[in-house]
This record gives sequence, C-alpha cells and structure tokens, in this order.
Amino acid sequence: MPAMSGARLKDSAPIFAALGDETRLRLVARLSEGGPQSIAQLTTGTFVTRQAITKHLVVLADAGLVRGSRSGRESRWELEPQRIVEVGSYLDLISQQWDRRLAAIKRHIEAQPEAKAGRKK
Amino acid sequence: MTMTSTDRIQKSTMISAPRARVWRALTDAKEFGTWFGVEPAGAFAVGARVQGKILHKGYEDLPFEITIEKMEPEKLFSFRWHPYPMDPSIDYSKEPTTLIEFTLEEAAEGTMLTVTESGFDRIPLARRAKAFEMNDKGWAGQMKAIDAYLNRTK
Repeated sequence: MPAMSGARLKDSAPIFAALGDETRLRLVARLSEGGPQSIAQLTTGTFVTRQAITKHLVVLADAGLVRGSRSGRESRWELEPQRIVEVGSYLDLISQQWDRRLAAIKRHIEAQPEAKAGRKK
Repeated sequence: MTMTSTDRIQKSTMISAPRARVWRALTDAKEFGTWFGVEPAGAFAVGARVQGKILHKGYEDLPFEITIEKMEPEKLFSFRWHPYPMDPSIDYSKEPTTLIEFTLEEAAEGTMLTVTESGFDRIPLARRAKAFEMNDKGWAGQMKAIDAYLNRTK
C-alpha cells in the first residue's frame, strides 16, 4: 500500500539520497539560513576541505537542490527554492507516519472491541 | 481519504467500533501508547505536558513530548508537538509546533476517525531537513523498496 505513486518515488529518490548525508544536510541548512555563499564561506567553521565541500555541492546540484553561479573568480552557491519546496516530500514522510498510525489504532481497536478497562456498572 | 496542502495533512479511517471505544483508545495514555508505539509517562489531561519513551526500534533515544490542548469527550482530542524527531541536546521550547487534532464522527459502520496535523508552513527548512536525517534508517528501508519497485518495472 504505497503512499506515493511509483513515478513520484522515482522522482524523489535522488533528493532523499542527496539529503541522506550529514555534511550535505548541513550545507543545505547553511544555505537556507545564510543565503547564497561561496565555497570558502561554506567551508568556514567545518572540518571538511574545500574539495570535499565542492563534491558535496555537486551531488546536491545533481539532485537539483542547489545551483552554482560564477561571480568574478568565485562561484557562489544557493538553494534551488522550487526543488526544496518539493520537500513537500517532507509532508509525504509525515503523511506516511499518520497512515501507519491510523492503521495501527484501527487494528488495535478492532482486535479489542470492548475496552479492557471498561467502566463497571 | 487524504488531503494535503503545504500547511496541513489530513487523514481519515473508518473504525468498526462506537465513538466511546475510539475515544478511550485515543485518550487513555496507556492505550494510546499501545498503538502509537510510545510509553507515556503520565495521564492525558487538558493542558498537560506529557513526555514519553518511543518504543520503535532505532528511535528509543528520541524524546516524545506532547502538550494537550483540547479534550471534548468522544468528539475532539488535540495536542501540539514538534513535528520532527528531536535531538535531546537541543532546546526546542521556543520553536514552532504543529497542532494534531483527532475528530470522531458517528457513522453507520462505526466511527470515522480523522486526524489533521497543521502548522507546517512555520517549520523552518533546516528542521524539515532534520527529519530526513533522523529518519535515515526509515529511508534506508524506503530506498530498498524504491529499488525493488524500479527493478520490477524495468
């Protein structure tokens, strides 16, 4: 009983894969809080090398989550808001949790139609 | 029956039992815990902040906390929480919460139970991303399912 259609899943898979890494999640969070930034800025305060940051940005860019643009000698990176909004897939995640919980309460009640701790008359 | 916008999720299910029975399963903390997969530390009452222990494998370290808003017997049960698994080392008290409302309606076949979670538009992006990070294990399973699906449809 899939909550998302196959096509949607297929479409969302690269996003989840891209976000399934702590460094990349941090990058997304930094870009979301600080706006467009250079690789040097994104590297500040991390223990990750510029090369590694660049690699991660490329993975995020491939998933359509960020985009880079040249500004002088530096490239600046920013979030791709449209794609991030699709992290309505975030709502899919929560939505699936409610599907599971509603199925669970239904099973629970229908297996015990009379409440065990019923009031005594 | 499903309704989704960016701010809310709404789901319904028909349960073959009277409203009184569904109400008990929702508001008796122990019964709630049975189907929800949590061990609440206190009873449910209006205004109560109830913490608990999550029983799902792999999530045992995450805190569970709800603040109960309304309890209108056999009609409406609502509470607020943080809609992402919480990191025990962070103080979330000033961050926005979402509202969960369970409504019960009598139907010929039993009780129509509807849950609405709303307020997502106020949840910061970084917290949304956190949900993915924390749900990593869940997603690992999901990814396997995707793989299986893609292989089947090749």
